[in-house]
Amino acid sequence: MNATTNMDNLMFSFNIISDLKTMFQYDFMLHAFQAGTIVAIVAGLIGYFIVLRRSSFAAHALSHVGFTGAAGAVLMGINPIFGLFLFTMSGGVFIGILGRKAESRDVQIGTVLAFMLGLGVLFISLYKGYATEAYSLLFGEILGISSSNVLITLIAGILIAIALGVFYRPILFVSLDEDVAEAKGLSVFWIGILFMLLIAAATSIAVQVVGVLLIFSLMVTPAAIAERLASKPSHGIIISVLIAVLATWLGLFISFYLPYPVSFFITAIVFIIYIFVRLIPNFRNIFFHKLP
Amino acid sequence: MLAQNVITVKNLSAGYSSRRTNNIVFENANFSIAKGEFVGILGPNGAGKTTLFKVLLGILKPMSGEVAVLGEKCKSSNCQTNCKIGYVPQRHTFNSDSMIEALEIVRLGINGRKYGFSLPATSRMERAAAFEMLKIVGAQDLAYRPLGALSGGELQRIFLAQALVGNPDLLFLDEPLASLDIRRENEFVRLIKKTAQERNITVLLIAHNINPLLPVLNKVIYVANHRVLVGDANEVFTSAFLTKLYNSPVEVLRDSFGRIAIIGAQEGGHECDHKHG
Repeated sequence: MNATTNMDNLMFSFNIISDLKTMFQYDFMLHAFQAGTIVAIVAGLIGYFIVLRRSSFAAHALSHVGFTGAAGAVLMGINPIFGLFLFTMSGGVFIGILGRKAESRDVQIGTVLAFMLGLGVLFISLYKGYATEAYSLLFGEILGISSSNVLITLIAGILIAIALGVFYRPILFVSLDEDVAEAKGLSVFWIGILFMLLIAAATSIAVQVVGVLLIFSLMVTPAAIAERLASKPSHGIIISVLIAVLATWLGLFISFYLPYPVSFFITAIVFIIYIFVRLIPNFRNIFFHKLP
Repeated sequence: MLAQNVITVKNLSAGYSSRRTNNIVFENANFSIAKGEFVGILGPNGAGKTTLFKVLLGILKPMSGEVAVLGEKCKSSNCQTNCKIGYVPQRHTFNSDSMIEALEIVRLGINGRKYGFSLPATSRMERAAAFEMLKIVGAQDLAYRPLGALSGGELQRIFLAQALVGNPDLLFLDEPLASLDIRRENEFVRLIKKTAQERNITVLLIAHNINPLLPVLNKVIYVANHRVLVGDANEVFTSAFLTKLYNSPVEVLRDSFGRIAIIGAQEGGHECDHKHG
């Protein structure tokens, strides 16, 4: 669904309050902001750990596995979200069982990823109807989110945030220094599986906003920016969440007035921030060295 | 009065077994370590020094035999005993360009096992305790520096502080001298000895070079040729002892400063490549 449909006369007025009031008169924009905010918070939270563990490729692979599940569900005539959720969770458990080293096995993960994507393409080609749902899973369709989807996203988001809050320090310890964490009695195996399950759950809901192919933009890039700026993990998580939320809000806001996909704006915003932070080596020193 | 044993190992065999193979690293090890001792663990690469640590930490299950650490038969690393062990592994998994400050890594030694978030007051106390430990190991200036900006020697102090901050009874250090030059090797060994003495901590330290340890050692565990032998440095580092251990001629030389050099090759593919001198 395109934001400009029947809204061609809408113009940005430079009065933010008035613009937002106009925007929120439309249910689809309200739902997009609600779901987008939840997803951005969850993606920012878990993304920081993904970057710390250097598991971004494994997380990326999970989203592709999820796409195949969604395409298979479309083929079978059931809600693609179920296929997406089932496949990402199964993939998460599988990578978790293989262990931390598997998370960074680029070649093996890449090989499985390519096969799964190929399988997804086959499923779509076998489907006789219009595979618009599968297409929206590839690139995201935040402007088409229903109020029931917002509720599901909210519940899933709260559960993921609670799990991350409870296991914050063990996951952090295992992510930063696995051998010492294991020696201290933490179960690296079970924490690994739990973490991959959380990534799988977060991926399943984030796909609605940015899609399978652009999942990095919310789950990895904001966290990668935060990792370069924060000296404390708690600050890193806050920065990661703030960037993800800011990018999602700005992306939605801009797309309301311009006839281009929200996903593009979100990815472009986080990319620009990432480049800015990378290009200015002293950025952290200038703004963050005085933090206690 | 006899000192209390903190580690007792009886007929221990350890290794890595899979469906097809049963790779025994060492067998029939017997030794005990008394409270407050400083023990050096030496031997060629791949002999089983780290494997011994894994068994003592409960990470690796023994193939046979008994292990008691701090009076508890440790069957897995979940047992409470591990909270009383400070551990510095050979390698660390954190990103080499990490911007996380050193103090936060030390703090994980206090709160890494806890669930949920720390309250602000608890958080302040944890950071104060971590900073105090960094002062003790002479690394207070590094507290707010990013991990990725620290040298090998500086990192070793940070990891030592992390291992010590939980007030352990035992300290396991796996090749902590590997990235240090000769002067810093000696400084670091003196620092460990001083801190351990003040806190009555028993130290087990894996090293390739015996010489920086000679002034502080109470006992040597020598792992080679699938065997684990224990004695004091003067007993272990003799030509006769090591020749018998390796079943192959080995010569131990000492210079006028008492420094040791080992020359020889062993059977079973072990190369006597450590630079004892």
